[in-house]
Amino acid sequence: MGQKSIETLVGFFILLAIAGLVMLAFQVSNLTTYQGSDTYDVKAQFDNIGDLKVRAPVTVAGVKVGQVASISLDPKNYRATVTLRLDRSANNIPNDSSASILTAGLLGSNYISLAPGFAEQFLKSGDSISETHSAIILEQMIGQLLFSVNKDKSADTDSGTNDASKS
Amino acid sequence: MIAFVQRVGRVGLSICTELGSASFFLSKSVWRKPRSGQKLHLLAHTLFNSGVLSLPIIIVSALFIGMVVGLQGFNILNKFSVTSELGQMVALSVVRELGPVVTALLFAGRAGSALTAEIGLMKATEQLDAMEMMGVDPLGRIMLPRLLGGFISLPLLTIIFCAIAIWGGDLIGVRWLGVDAGAFWSNMQSSVDFRLDVINGIIKSAVFGVVITWMAVYQGASAIPTAEGISHATTRTVVYSSLIVLGLDFVLTAMMMGGW
Repeated sequence: MGQKSIETLVGFFILLAIAGLVMLAFQVSNLTTYQGSDTYDVKAQFDNIGDLKVRAPVTVAGVKVGQVASISLDPKNYRATVTLRLDRSANNIPNDSSASILTAGLLGSNYISLAPGFAEQFLKSGDSISETHSAIILEQMIGQLLFSVNKDKSADTDSGTNDASKS
Repeated sequence: MIAFVQRVGRVGLSICTELGSASFFLSKSVWRKPRSGQKLHLLAHTLFNSGVLSLPIIIVSALFIGMVVGLQGFNILNKFSVTSELGQMVALSVVRELGPVVTALLFAGRAGSALTAEIGLMKATEQLDAMEMMGVDPLGRIMLPRLLGGFISLPLLTIIFCAIAIWGGDLIGVRWLGVDAGAFWSNMQSSVDFRLDVINGIIKSAVFGVVITWMAVYQGASAIPTAEGISHATTRTVVYSSLIVLGLDFVLTAMMMGGW
Protein backbone atom coordinates (compact mmCIF):
# COMPACT_ATOMS: atom_id res chain seq x y z
CA MET A 1 0.00 0.00 0.00
CA GLY A 2 1.42 3.37 -0.97
CA GLN A 3 2.34 6.17 1.39
CA LYS A 4 -0.45 8.38 0.02
CA SER A 5 -3.25 5.95 0.77
CA ILE A 6 -1.84 5.22 4.23
CA GLU A 7 -1.86 8.93 5.00
CA THR A 8 -5.41 9.23 3.68
CA LEU A 9 -6.61 6.39 5.89
CA VAL A 10 -4.85 7.81 8.95
CA GLY A 11 -6.47 11.17 8.25
CA PHE A 12 -9.84 9.46 7.95
CA PHE A 13 -9.21 7.72 11.30
CA ILE A 14 -8.38 10.99 13.05
CA LEU A 15 -11.41 12.74 11.55
CA LEU A 16 -13.62 9.87 12.71
CA ALA A 17 -12.25 10.27 16.25
CA ILE A 18 -12.89 14.03 16.16
CA ALA A 19 -16.46 13.40 14.98
CA GLY A 20 -16.88 10.95 17.87
CA LEU A 21 -15.59 13.53 20.36
CA VAL A 22 -17.97 16.15 18.99
CA MET A 23 -20.83 13.68 19.36
CA LEU A 24 -19.80 12.87 22.95
CA ALA A 25 -19.51 16.56 23.75
CA PHE A 26 -22.72 17.90 22.27
CA GLN A 27 -25.06 14.94 21.94
CA VAL A 28 -24.19 12.85 24.99
CA SER A 29 -22.96 15.28 27.64
CA ASN A 30 -24.15 18.64 28.89
CA LEU A 31 -21.35 20.76 27.50
CA THR A 32 -23.72 23.14 25.78
CA THR A 33 -25.98 23.99 28.72
CA TYR A 34 -25.03 26.89 30.96
CA GLN A 35 -21.34 26.62 30.24
CA GLY A 36 -19.85 29.90 31.36
CA SER A 37 -22.60 31.77 29.59
CA ASP A 38 -23.81 35.12 30.84
CA THR A 39 -25.27 34.59 34.31
CA TYR A 40 -26.02 36.45 37.55
CA ASP A 41 -26.18 35.18 41.13
CA VAL A 42 -29.10 35.56 43.54
CA LYS A 43 -29.25 34.31 47.12
CA ALA A 44 -32.16 32.71 48.94
CA GLN A 45 -32.44 31.38 52.48
CA PHE A 46 -34.47 28.30 53.31
CA ASP A 47 -35.41 26.70 56.65
CA ASN A 48 -34.82 23.26 55.18
CA ILE A 49 -33.55 22.40 51.74
CA GLY A 50 -34.31 18.68 51.98
CA ASP A 51 -32.36 16.80 49.33
CA LEU A 52 -31.43 19.79 47.15
CA LYS A 53 -28.06 19.39 45.43
CA VAL A 54 -25.63 21.76 43.76
CA ARG A 55 -26.42 22.02 40.00
CA ALA A 56 -30.10 21.29 40.58
CA PRO A 57 -32.24 23.22 38.07
CA VAL A 58 -34.01 26.51 38.85
CA THR A 59 -37.24 26.95 36.95
CA VAL A 60 -39.90 29.54 36.32
CA ALA A 61 -43.23 28.00 35.28
CA GLY A 62 -41.37 24.77 34.59
CA VAL A 63 -38.85 26.34 32.21
CA LYS A 64 -35.23 26.01 33.30
CA VAL A 65 -33.67 29.46 33.83
CA GLY A 66 -30.59 28.55 35.88
CA GLN A 67 -29.10 26.21 38.41
CA VAL A 68 -28.04 26.01 42.05
CA ALA A 69 -24.45 27.26 42.30
CA SER A 70 -23.71 26.60 45.96
CA ILE A 71 -25.34 25.62 49.25
CA SER A 72 -24.05 26.67 52.67
CA LEU A 73 -25.25 26.98 56.25
CA ASP A 74 -25.70 30.48 57.65
CA PRO A 75 -23.88 30.34 61.02
CA LYS A 76 -26.06 33.06 62.60
CA ASN A 77 -29.60 31.88 62.04
CA TYR A 78 -28.97 28.23 61.10
CA ARG A 79 -30.77 28.52 57.80
CA ALA A 80 -29.49 27.19 54.49
CA THR A 81 -28.17 29.81 52.10
CA VAL A 82 -28.60 28.76 48.49
CA THR A 83 -26.96 30.68 45.67
CA LEU A 84 -28.97 30.54 42.45
CA ARG A 85 -27.12 31.17 39.21
CA LEU A 86 -29.69 32.53 36.79
CA ASP A 87 -29.29 32.92 33.08
CA ARG A 88 -28.95 36.47 31.80
CA SER A 89 -31.76 35.84 29.33
CA ALA A 90 -34.13 35.58 32.33
CA ASN A 91 -33.27 39.02 33.75
CA ASN A 92 -36.84 40.24 34.18
CA ILE A 93 -37.86 38.29 37.29
CA PRO A 94 -39.61 40.62 39.79
CA ASN A 95 -37.68 41.04 43.05
CA ASP A 96 -40.65 40.05 45.22
CA SER A 97 -40.78 36.61 43.61
CA SER A 98 -40.91 33.59 45.91
CA ALA A 99 -38.69 30.53 45.72
CA SER A 100 -39.86 27.07 46.70
CA ILE A 101 -38.12 23.71 46.70
CA LEU A 102 -40.19 21.11 44.90
CA THR A 103 -39.66 17.48 43.99
CA ALA A 104 -39.76 16.22 40.42
CA GLY A 105 -42.21 13.36 40.56
CA LEU A 106 -42.71 11.17 43.61
CA LEU A 107 -39.12 9.93 43.87
CA GLY A 108 -37.35 12.46 41.69
CA SER A 109 -34.66 14.93 42.67
CA ASN A 110 -35.38 18.36 44.15
CA TYR A 111 -35.39 21.59 42.19
CA ILE A 112 -36.16 25.22 42.88
CA SER A 113 -39.21 26.85 41.37
CA LEU A 114 -39.51 30.64 41.26
CA ALA A 115 -43.03 32.07 41.36
CA PRO A 116 -42.93 35.60 39.86
CA GLY A 117 -44.29 38.42 42.01
CA PHE A 118 -45.73 41.75 40.94
CA ALA A 119 -43.00 44.28 41.71
CA GLU A 120 -41.73 46.66 39.05
CA GLN A 121 -38.12 46.10 40.16
CA PHE A 122 -36.28 43.11 38.77
CA LEU A 123 -33.80 40.82 40.54
CA LYS A 124 -30.18 41.86 40.03
CA SER A 125 -26.89 40.21 40.81
CA GLY A 126 -26.36 39.96 44.59
CA ASP A 127 -30.02 40.36 45.51
CA SER A 128 -31.66 37.90 47.83
CA ILE A 129 -35.10 36.37 47.62
CA SER A 130 -36.89 36.92 50.94
CA GLU A 131 -39.99 34.82 50.49
CA THR A 132 -39.07 31.15 50.44
CA HIS A 133 -40.84 27.85 51.00
CA SER A 134 -38.83 24.93 52.37
CA ALA A 135 -38.68 21.48 50.94
CA ILE A 136 -41.44 19.14 52.00
CA ILE A 137 -39.96 16.32 54.05
CA LEU A 138 -42.04 13.21 53.48
CA GLU A 139 -41.36 11.72 56.91
CA GLN A 140 -42.47 14.90 58.70
CA MET A 141 -45.61 15.02 56.61
CA ILE A 142 -46.46 11.41 57.44
CA GLY A 143 -45.78 12.15 61.10
CA GLN A 144 -48.13 15.15 61.08
CA LEU A 145 -50.76 13.16 59.21
CA LEU A 146 -50.62 10.31 61.73
CA PHE A 147 -50.77 12.82 64.59
CA SER A 148 -53.83 14.56 63.20
CA VAL A 149 -55.56 11.23 62.42
CA ASN A 150 -54.91 10.10 65.97
CA LYS A 151 -56.25 13.38 67.33
CA ASP A 152 -59.43 13.01 65.27
CA LYS A 153 -59.87 9.47 66.53
CA SER A 154 -59.36 10.43 70.15
CA ALA A 155 -61.83 13.28 69.74
CA ASP A 156 -64.35 10.78 68.36
CA THR A 157 -63.77 8.26 71.10
CA ASP A 158 -63.84 10.90 73.85
CA SER A 159 -67.50 11.59 73.27
CA GLY A 160 -68.37 7.89 73.09
CA THR A 161 -66.55 5.47 75.33
CA ASN A 162 -63.69 6.08 77.77
CA ASP A 163 -61.00 4.55 75.54
CA ALA A 164 -59.30 7.90 74.93
CA SER A 165 -56.30 7.00 77.03
CA LYS A 166 -55.58 4.00 74.84
CA SER A 167 -55.27 5.91 71.62
CA MET B 1 13.36 -22.44 54.36
CA ILE B 2 16.47 -20.53 53.36
CA ALA B 3 15.99 -21.75 49.81
CA PHE B 4 12.47 -20.32 49.79
CA VAL B 5 13.67 -16.94 51.09
CA GLN B 6 16.41 -17.01 48.46
CA ARG B 7 13.85 -17.64 45.74
CA VAL B 8 11.66 -14.77 46.92
CA GLY B 9 14.72 -12.54 46.88
CA ARG B 10 15.68 -13.65 43.39
CA VAL B 11 12.17 -13.03 42.03
CA GLY B 12 12.05 -9.60 43.70
CA LEU B 13 15.42 -8.61 42.28
CA SER B 14 14.51 -9.79 38.79
CA ILE B 15 11.24 -7.81 38.91
CA CYS B 16 13.16 -4.68 39.93
CA THR B 17 15.74 -5.21 37.19
CA GLU B 18 13.02 -5.73 34.62
CA LEU B 19 11.14 -2.58 35.70
CA GLY B 20 14.36 -0.58 35.69
CA SER B 21 15.46 -1.66 32.26
CA ALA B 22 11.94 -1.11 30.89
CA SER B 23 11.96 2.43 32.29
CA PHE B 24 15.37 3.15 30.81
CA PHE B 25 14.19 1.75 27.50
CA LEU B 26 11.12 4.03 27.51
CA SER B 27 12.99 7.16 28.55
CA LYS B 28 15.79 6.53 26.03
CA SER B 29 13.31 6.09 23.18
CA VAL B 30 10.97 8.96 24.03
CA TRP B 31 13.19 11.69 25.52
CA ARG B 32 15.35 12.56 22.58
CA LYS B 33 15.94 15.71 20.65
CA PRO B 34 13.09 16.36 18.23
CA ARG B 35 14.42 16.33 14.71
CA SER B 36 12.97 17.48 11.41
CA GLY B 37 9.59 16.23 10.20
CA GLN B 38 11.14 13.48 8.12
CA LYS B 39 10.07 10.86 10.65
CA LEU B 40 6.41 11.80 10.27
CA HIS B 41 5.84 9.20 7.59
CA LEU B 42 7.04 6.55 10.05
CA LEU B 43 4.49 7.80 12.58
CA ALA B 44 1.77 7.72 9.91
CA HIS B 45 2.72 4.13 9.18
CA THR B 46 2.43 3.03 12.82
CA LEU B 47 -0.79 4.98 13.29
CA PHE B 48 -2.09 3.05 10.30
CA ASN B 49 -0.93 -0.28 11.73
CA SER B 50 -2.17 0.11 15.28
CA GLY B 51 -5.03 2.57 14.74
CA VAL B 52 -6.68 2.13 11.37
CA LEU B 53 -6.26 -1.64 11.25
CA SER B 54 -7.84 -1.92 14.74
CA LEU B 55 -10.92 0.02 13.61
CA PRO B 56 -13.01 -2.94 12.34
CA ILE B 57 -12.75 -4.96 15.58
CA ILE B 58 -13.33 -1.82 17.68
CA ILE B 59 -16.39 -0.76 15.69
CA VAL B 60 -18.01 -4.19 15.66
CA SER B 61 -17.43 -4.87 19.35
CA ALA B 62 -18.57 -1.36 20.29
CA LEU B 63 -21.81 -1.90 18.43
CA PHE B 64 -22.47 -5.21 20.16
CA ILE B 65 -21.51 -3.94 23.61
CA GLY B 66 -23.77 -0.91 23.25
CA MET B 67 -26.60 -3.16 22.10
CA VAL B 68 -26.18 -5.64 24.94
CA VAL B 69 -25.98 -2.89 27.58
CA GLY B 70 -29.15 -1.40 26.09
CA LEU B 71 -30.92 -4.77 26.21
CA GLN B 72 -29.82 -5.67 29.76
CA GLY B 73 -30.50 -2.16 31.02
CA PHE B 74 -33.96 -2.15 29.48
CA ASN B 75 -34.87 -5.42 31.20
CA ILE B 76 -33.68 -4.20 34.61
CA LEU B 77 -35.15 -0.69 34.32
CA ASN B 78 -38.43 -2.11 33.04
CA LYS B 79 -38.98 -3.76 36.44
CA PHE B 80 -39.09 -0.31 38.02
CA SER B 81 -40.81 1.18 34.95
CA VAL B 82 -38.14 3.84 34.52
CA THR B 83 -37.02 2.84 31.02
CA SER B 84 -36.69 6.57 30.25
CA GLU B 85 -33.41 6.46 32.20
CA LEU B 86 -31.95 3.93 29.75
CA GLY B 87 -29.92 6.57 27.91
CA GLN B 88 -28.27 7.68 31.12
CA MET B 89 -27.40 4.11 32.07
CA VAL B 90 -25.94 3.22 28.66
CA ALA B 91 -23.97 6.46 28.34
CA LEU B 92 -22.50 6.45 31.84
CA SER B 93 -21.47 2.80 31.83
CA VAL B 94 -19.94 3.07 28.36
CA VAL B 95 -18.17 6.40 28.78
CA ARG B 96 -16.83 5.74 32.28
CA GLU B 97 -15.88 2.09 32.23
CA LEU B 98 -16.66 -0.10 29.26
CA GLY B 99 -15.27 2.24 26.63
CA PRO B 100 -11.74 2.71 28.00
CA VAL B 101 -11.35 -0.83 29.40
CA VAL B 102 -12.76 -2.90 26.55
CA THR B 103 -10.95 -0.81 23.94
CA ALA B 104 -7.70 -1.24 25.86
CA LEU B 105 -8.15 -5.02 26.12
CA LEU B 106 -8.95 -5.31 22.41
CA PHE B 107 -6.03 -3.02 21.59
CA ALA B 108 -3.68 -5.18 23.66
CA GLY B 109 -4.84 -8.27 21.77
CA ARG B 110 -4.93 -6.71 18.32
CA ALA B 111 -2.14 -4.13 18.18
CA GLY B 112 0.03 -4.97 21.20
CA SER B 113 0.65 -8.55 20.19
CA ALA B 114 1.43 -7.46 16.62
CA LEU B 115 3.97 -4.91 17.89
CA THR B 116 5.73 -7.48 20.07
CA ALA B 117 5.86 -10.07 17.31
CA GLU B 118 7.12 -7.55 14.75
CA ILE B 119 9.92 -6.18 16.92
CA GLY B 120 10.79 -9.65 18.24
CA LEU B 121 11.16 -10.95 14.71
CA MET B 122 13.29 -7.94 13.76
CA LYS B 123 15.49 -8.83 16.69
CA ALA B 124 15.60 -12.55 15.82
CA THR B 125 16.60 -11.84 12.21
CA GLU B 126 19.24 -9.35 13.49
CA GLN B 127 17.69 -6.41 11.65
CA LEU B 128 18.11 -4.22 14.72
CA ASP B 129 21.84 -5.07 14.93
CA ALA B 130 22.21 -4.41 11.21
CA MET B 131 20.65 -0.98 11.64
CA GLU B 132 23.06 -0.14 14.42
CA MET B 133 25.96 -1.24 12.17
CA MET B 134 24.69 1.19 9.52
CA GLY B 135 24.67 3.99 12.07
CA VAL B 136 20.87 4.17 12.35
CA ASP B 137 19.60 4.26 15.92
CA PRO B 138 16.91 1.53 16.18
CA LEU B 139 15.40 3.26 19.22
CA GLY B 140 14.59 6.36 17.16
CA ARG B 141 13.82 4.61 13.92
CA ILE B 142 11.81 1.60 15.14
CA MET B 143 10.73 2.04 18.75
CA LEU B 144 9.83 5.74 18.98
CA PRO B 145 7.27 5.84 16.12
CA ARG B 146 5.65 2.65 17.42
CA LEU B 147 5.42 4.00 20.96
CA LEU B 148 3.99 7.34 19.82
CA GLY B 149 1.59 5.61 17.42
CA GLY B 150 0.20 3.53 20.28
CA PHE B 151 -0.01 6.49 22.66
CA ILE B 152 -2.04 8.46 20.12
CA SER B 153 -4.24 5.78 18.64
CA LEU B 154 -5.74 4.24 21.81
CA PRO B 155 -7.50 7.44 23.01
CA LEU B 156 -8.79 8.02 19.49
CA LEU B 157 -10.07 4.44 19.30
CA THR B 158 -11.74 4.86 22.71
CA ILE B 159 -13.61 7.96 21.55
CA ILE B 160 -14.84 6.09 18.49
CA PHE B 161 -15.80 3.11 20.65
CA CYS B 162 -17.87 5.27 23.04
CA ALA B 163 -19.70 7.07 20.26
CA ILE B 164 -20.58 3.86 18.44
CA ALA B 165 -21.55 1.98 21.62
CA ILE B 166 -23.98 4.76 22.60
CA TRP B 167 -25.40 4.68 19.10
CA GLY B 168 -25.80 0.90 19.51
CA GLY B 169 -27.70 1.46 22.76
CA ASP B 170 -29.92 3.94 20.94
CA LEU B 171 -30.49 1.38 18.18
CA ILE B 172 -31.74 -1.24 20.65
CA GLY B 173 -33.45 1.01 23.19
CA VAL B 174 -35.15 3.54 20.94
CA ARG B 175 -35.58 1.85 17.57
CA TRP B 176 -36.29 -1.68 18.73
CA LEU B 177 -37.65 -1.61 22.29
CA GLY B 178 -39.53 1.67 21.88
CA VAL B 179 -38.02 3.91 24.57
CA ASP B 180 -38.94 7.50 23.84
CA ALA B 181 -36.09 9.11 21.86
CA GLY B 182 -36.45 12.49 23.56
CA ALA B 183 -36.31 10.99 27.06
CA PHE B 184 -33.38 8.77 26.07
CA TRP B 185 -31.20 11.62 24.83
CA SER B 186 -32.26 14.38 27.24
CA ASN B 187 -31.80 12.21 30.35
CA MET B 188 -28.41 11.24 28.99
CA GLN B 189 -27.44 14.88 28.45
CA SER B 190 -28.60 15.96 31.88
CA SER B 191 -26.62 13.28 33.70
CA VAL B 192 -23.38 12.95 31.71
CA ASP B 193 -20.85 15.64 32.58
CA PHE B 194 -18.32 16.40 29.85
CA ARG B 195 -15.35 16.97 32.12
CA LEU B 196 -16.11 14.48 34.89
CA ASP B 197 -17.22 11.60 32.69
CA VAL B 198 -16.03 12.01 29.11
CA ILE B 199 -12.65 13.64 29.76
CA ASN B 200 -11.89 11.28 32.65
CA GLY B 201 -12.62 8.32 30.38
CA ILE B 202 -10.21 9.70 27.78
CA ILE B 203 -7.54 10.28 30.46
CA LYS B 204 -7.94 6.64 31.50
CA SER B 205 -7.51 5.46 27.93
CA ALA B 206 -4.42 7.64 27.48
CA VAL B 207 -2.85 5.96 30.53
CA PHE B 208 -3.79 2.53 29.17
CA GLY B 209 -2.33 3.45 25.79
CA VAL B 210 1.02 4.33 27.35
CA VAL B 211 1.13 1.16 29.45
CA ILE B 212 0.10 -1.25 26.71
CA THR B 213 2.38 0.15 24.02
CA TRP B 214 5.31 0.39 26.40
CA MET B 215 4.76 -3.21 27.48
CA ALA B 216 4.41 -4.45 23.89
CA VAL B 217 7.46 -2.67 22.51
CA TYR B 218 9.64 -3.54 25.49
CA GLN B 219 8.64 -7.21 25.41
CA GLY B 220 9.49 -7.32 21.71
CA ALA B 221 12.85 -5.65 22.20
CA SER B 222 13.79 -7.87 25.14
CA ALA B 223 12.45 -11.12 23.66
CA ILE B 224 14.78 -14.12 23.39
CA PRO B 225 15.51 -14.17 19.65
CA THR B 226 14.09 -17.59 18.88
CA ALA B 227 10.72 -18.72 17.59
CA GLU B 228 9.76 -19.89 21.07
CA GLY B 229 11.03 -16.71 22.72
CA ILE B 230 8.92 -14.53 20.43
CA SER B 231 5.80 -16.57 21.11
CA HIS B 232 6.41 -16.29 24.85
CA ALA B 233 6.97 -12.54 24.57
CA THR B 234 3.72 -12.10 22.60
CA THR B 235 1.78 -14.09 25.19
CA ARG B 236 3.32 -12.06 28.01
CA THR B 237 2.37 -8.81 26.30
CA VAL B 238 -1.30 -9.74 26.06
CA VAL B 239 -1.56 -11.31 29.53
CA TYR B 240 0.37 -8.68 31.44
CA SER B 241 -1.15 -5.70 29.72
CA SER B 242 -4.68 -7.05 30.22
CA LEU B 243 -4.03 -7.55 33.93
CA ILE B 244 -2.39 -4.14 34.29
CA VAL B 245 -5.28 -2.46 32.46
CA LEU B 246 -7.85 -4.00 34.78
CA GLY B 247 -5.84 -3.19 37.90
CA LEU B 248 -5.03 0.36 36.81
CA ASP B 249 -8.67 0.90 35.90
CA PHE B 250 -9.66 0.28 39.50
CA VAL B 251 -6.94 2.57 40.83
CA LEU B 252 -7.76 5.37 38.38
CA THR B 253 -11.50 5.10 39.05
CA ALA B 254 -10.88 5.26 42.80
CA MET B 255 -8.67 8.33 42.32
CA MET B 256 -11.18 10.07 40.05
CA MET B 257 -14.14 9.34 42.33
CA GLY B 258 -12.13 10.55 45.31
CA GLY B 259 -12.15 13.93 43.60
CA TRP B 260 -8.45 13.74 42.93
